[in-house]
Amino acid sequence: MPRWFYQLASPRWCYQITGRLLPGFAIAAVLLLMIGTVWGLAFAPPDYQQGNSFRIIYLHVPTAYMAQSIYLTMAIAGAIGLIWKMKVADMVAKSCAPIGAALAVLALATGAIWGKPTWGSWWVWDARLTSMLILLFLYLGVIALNSAIESESTAAQSTAVLALVGLVNIPIIKYSVDWWNTLHQPATFKVTEKPAMPPEMWIPLLIMVIGFYCFFAVVLMLRLRNEILRRERRTSWVRELLLQMRG
Amino acid sequence: MSFDSFSEFLAMGGHGLYVWSSYALGLAVMLGCVLSPILTRKRLITEQQRRLRREEETSS
Repeated sequence: MPRWFYQLASPRWCYQITGRLLPGFAIAAVLLLMIGTVWGLAFAPPDYQQGNSFRIIYLHVPTAYMAQSIYLTMAIAGAIGLIWKMKVADMVAKSCAPIGAALAVLALATGAIWGKPTWGSWWVWDARLTSMLILLFLYLGVIALNSAIESESTAAQSTAVLALVGLVNIPIIKYSVDWWNTLHQPATFKVTEKPAMPPEMWIPLLIMVIGFYCFFAVVLMLRLRNEILRRERRTSWVRELLLQMRG
Repeated sequence: MSFDSFSEFLAMGGHGLYVWSSYALGLAVMLGCVLSPILTRKRLITEQQRRLRREEETSS
């Protein structure tokens, strides 16, 4: 195993490195999200079919991406925790769940608000929407299971298994628009093709996506640091840290 | 600028209510995501410092 892998396994090292990384990511998140929002709301041209309601895309697509990326992060961290018994990985997995749930709610809510003027309905039992709803339920299941089990390590193991089983839902969400005849429009970005939108529409969307990744990094680090402090509260380094803060 | 006036910007071609409620909700959820761990940290540190002080008192 390389050296960085062992460093990552050290809660103290993770606490210190996240403390150094936080300000940069926070500034990047605020700047990117502000630029993306102003560009998307005021400067991007209106859609030729949907008019200005399409501007919800700048919030809807990034939050939907994040809900899936965070799930992937949570499942991978959970697997690392299961295989190598790495405590920090368990803490990352636990910290991911509430952020992913919040962004899944946001993706579903902005989708419903966008659906009303576009499809004439807040909700349809369409494959894409249903699989996103299942994603939200998976997050809620992980949170509930984690809080229901007293022992930290048993809770981490059980939630990791649940998260890994739920992983089958991710390709279902991704390909739902291709596999089934859905009301939902197909993917905006594809790796193999140029976007169907003009650049003045998709550049702000890309900025928002990157901004949301930075936002996730910030919230994840904030939550992870709390988790480290709580679990390592009996160690000498946390004790020293607390004494220093007291001044 | 894709709008001629500020009132047109607010109206969003008749879809203002949908667009602005989406963004208001987005802002609220994101602020909540950031504020929640910051408040947890404050509470955690106060609790642990209280515990530390208690331990010092009992040992001395």
